[in-house]
Amino acid sequence: MVLRLGIDVGGTNTDAVILDGRKVLAGVKRTTTEDVMSGIAAALEAVIEAAGIARDAIDVAMIGTTHFTNAVIERRALDQVAAIRLGLPATACLPPMVDWPADLVEEVGGHRYLLHGGYEFDGREIAPLDTDGLRRIADEIVAKGIRAAAVSSVFSPINRDMEEEARKILTEAVPGLSVVLSSEIGRIGLLERESAAIMNASLLSLADKTVTAFGDALKGAGLHCPFFVTQNDGTLMAADTVRRFPVLTFASGPTNSMRGAAFLTGVKDAIVIDIGGTTTDVGALQKGFPRQASTVVDVGGVRTNFRMPDVFSIGLGGGTIVSGEGESLKVGPQSVGYRLTSEARVFGGEVLTCTDIAVASGAADIGDKSAVADLDPDYIAAVRARIAEMLETAVERSRISPEPLPVIAVGGGSILAPDQIGGLEVLRPENFAVANAVGAAIAQISGEVDRIFALDKRTREECLGDADEEAREIAIRAGAVAETLEVIEREDVPLAYLPGNATRIHVKVVGDMGGLDA
Amino acid sequence: MSFFIGPDDMEEIALGGAFLGTGGGGDPYIGKLMARSIMERENVSVEVVPGEEVPDDALCVPVCMMGAPTVMVEKLPSGDEALDALSALEDYLGRKADYLICIEAGGLNSTIPFAVAAHTGLKLIDGDGMGRAFPELQMVSLTLHDIAATPMVIADDKGNSGVLNAISNLWTERLARAVTVEMGGAALVALYPMSGAEMKKGLLHGTLSLVREVGHTILTERRANRHPGDALIERCNGYDLCTARVIDIERRTTGGFARGVARLRGLDADQGREFKLSFQNEFLCLEDDEGRPLALTPDLICALDADGGLPVTTESLRYGLGLRLIGLPADPQWRTPGGQALAGPGYFGYPHAFEPLEKLAGKHRAA
Repeated sequence: MVLRLGIDVGGTNTDAVILDGRKVLAGVKRTTTEDVMSGIAAALEAVIEAAGIARDAIDVAMIGTTHFTNAVIERRALDQVAAIRLGLPATACLPPMVDWPADLVEEVGGHRYLLHGGYEFDGREIAPLDTDGLRRIADEIVAKGIRAAAVSSVFSPINRDMEEEARKILTEAVPGLSVVLSSEIGRIGLLERESAAIMNASLLSLADKTVTAFGDALKGAGLHCPFFVTQNDGTLMAADTVRRFPVLTFASGPTNSMRGAAFLTGVKDAIVIDIGGTTTDVGALQKGFPRQASTVVDVGGVRTNFRMPDVFSIGLGGGTIVSGEGESLKVGPQSVGYRLTSEARVFGGEVLTCTDIAVASGAADIGDKSAVADLDPDYIAAVRARIAEMLETAVERSRISPEPLPVIAVGGGSILAPDQIGGLEVLRPENFAVANAVGAAIAQISGEVDRIFALDKRTREECLGDADEEAREIAIRAGAVAETLEVIEREDVPLAYLPGNATRIHVKVVGDMGGLDA
Repeated sequence: MSFFIGPDDMEEIALGGAFLGTGGGGDPYIGKLMARSIMERENVSVEVVPGEEVPDDALCVPVCMMGAPTVMVEKLPSGDEALDALSALEDYLGRKADYLICIEAGGLNSTIPFAVAAHTGLKLIDGDGMGRAFPELQMVSLTLHDIAATPMVIADDKGNSGVLNAISNLWTERLARAVTVEMGGAALVALYPMSGAEMKKGLLHGTLSLVREVGHTILTERRANRHPGDALIERCNGYDLCTARVIDIERRTTGGFARGVARLRGLDADQGREFKLSFQNEFLCLEDDEGRPLALTPDLICALDADGGLPVTTESLRYGLGLRLIGLPADPQWRTPGGQALAGPGYFGYPHAFEPLEKLAGKHRAA
């Protein structure tokens, strides 16, 4: 049997669980710390002790984190980025970051550069690469002290040569500059791919620091097993990949909590509400998997085309501030956030929060109950009715059929949820508070193929079949169970500029990790 | 009645255009951004006037994008092409345009005329040449009324432009398409210069109002957390064709078009069925697993994303995407023998004779 450690590093809490096959041996919750590392260390010590196992018995560690999404949403710890697009004279009408919120543009410095270069759909050059222009930008990068650049060329998914050439010129001129290429991150669709590359570049130093902290925390706790980080689609990536592509972790939080909820309840079709300290995420489970957003998803106000679960967030959590009464009763969206344990009334503070209401109503027993004994029962009922109403609206939004699905409540704040929401039964699984960490622990394994196939001797269908098979083999070698594999991405881009009728095929398959059956 | 469209209305225009654009006519997001940024920069709204208010001797000019929409999501315009095309046509004609026209519905082709109108201060006429989108430039009601596509100007991002004079609208398409491919697969054009009198006779009227209304319906239904499909079927006398997931998508950018076929697997009520959706820029033919047609050009095959309800263009189709397909009857002009010859299934090489949706829908549903 395989012992796996799942850790979820959220904005407020760091959770850890240890799973023995399908069995949750222990789950703990600790406060996330500024340095990340000491929070993980505290959670690790607690969970190892609670599980009563030897540290070297743990085979593998999986970490899920919302650290990078939060950095973008909260506009903090972002590096300034030189956003360089190769495409002039085309593309000038919509420069890089044209559709970003102004405060985020300012946070990454607003350094936009448009240069001649890029390709036509058939591989011809729109214009030769403006190498002098790149050297001028390099001088500005040095002068402004910028440490990261994102280079996006028109049609780089069919030919990345110019992006590579630009990286070479930039890193020769500015030693130590990190250069992200859009072709490494996204597919056809210039604005979305470019935005993802710029966001990724702005997160590189935070990624380096964070991954180092993860590693140090594990080592500090005496763990020497390999560790992985979960990405958008619920699969794992190697820690060193996260240093280069932090943007790929963006929606891993909701993915983990939904998969964790499915795992803990055994329910395959449900609405999942994950109530944290500040916000509640609502999404739908279909056949045990989070329902995917089908087209585009905003992250911090920026349009992306990553594969992500369709999640709706509202400003309601354990730390949400309650004020006023009667007509002027207000629940949120302000929250005391991670200061819950010092500012909420039951923890000796002055602010009335949703957690205080839960304690006063008897739904939860935490902190000092006597601190909320003065609250009028009618008032408590009114606030609980408002909370129920907010949750009902959010749940209704995620329902796409009139079927009476159950609602699974997870997350530390799920004590706020009533027993029924809009006539739907609410399930609270054991270990509900650490569902995220459970989701990380059961993350899936992927196999990916992305390369050029020649169609002169074989048909397109045969090549797609080959790519599927190759991706499956990669996933199985990495530890996936063959019977659980399914294709989640399959795309071919004909490359008209290459002889022999070439096509670039991208296939990704995912499956469950072995050793999960009890 | 005339109405004004400002920067905040562009989303409705882009979404409504994308729905009626039957998968073609370009990405609504890029269309919205382009028109918005010009309106905001020039600080103007654009007036849309009914065709009947236009003097008979006015010069009316459609401006639009031509080429493969797959190119436009990657190689964004420089922004000057449409203006270059219009002013070169004006120079050639020795006369300034008085009104602008939108040639087709589409996420980009409904919005580009607004961008040009915002820039030049010209008014836009409430109508278009298709009541939908079609891949080729002769496929407009104007052709059915013997209005010539040329003289026409075609312009690219690099500053190249050319004037075309052709003996027929089909020849205009052939020649302009070859130029478009050389220009990188997408170009901006000003064409079908016509008098107010010709416009009144040849244009499909009121379609920009319809585009705005459809866009408004999509936005308000989505805000009320409802899938807009039902409301759109109700509003446009449409038919539910199928709800299905993309399981294979084969596409090529050839001959200046985005061509391809998507195979779909039924969801919900359509579970267990398979469908084949063929496109050339636009969705043109939907067949079931036995090759029987469910909807055929020139009737409209509109796609919404099955979960979120936003219009889906052919270039944004991808593996795993859930679609709800809705059929709308084409303008009666398209169902005439002349209309079918211009844009019917036979022209595109599909092995079916045209049959209207009203007949096809429901025919094989119980099967």
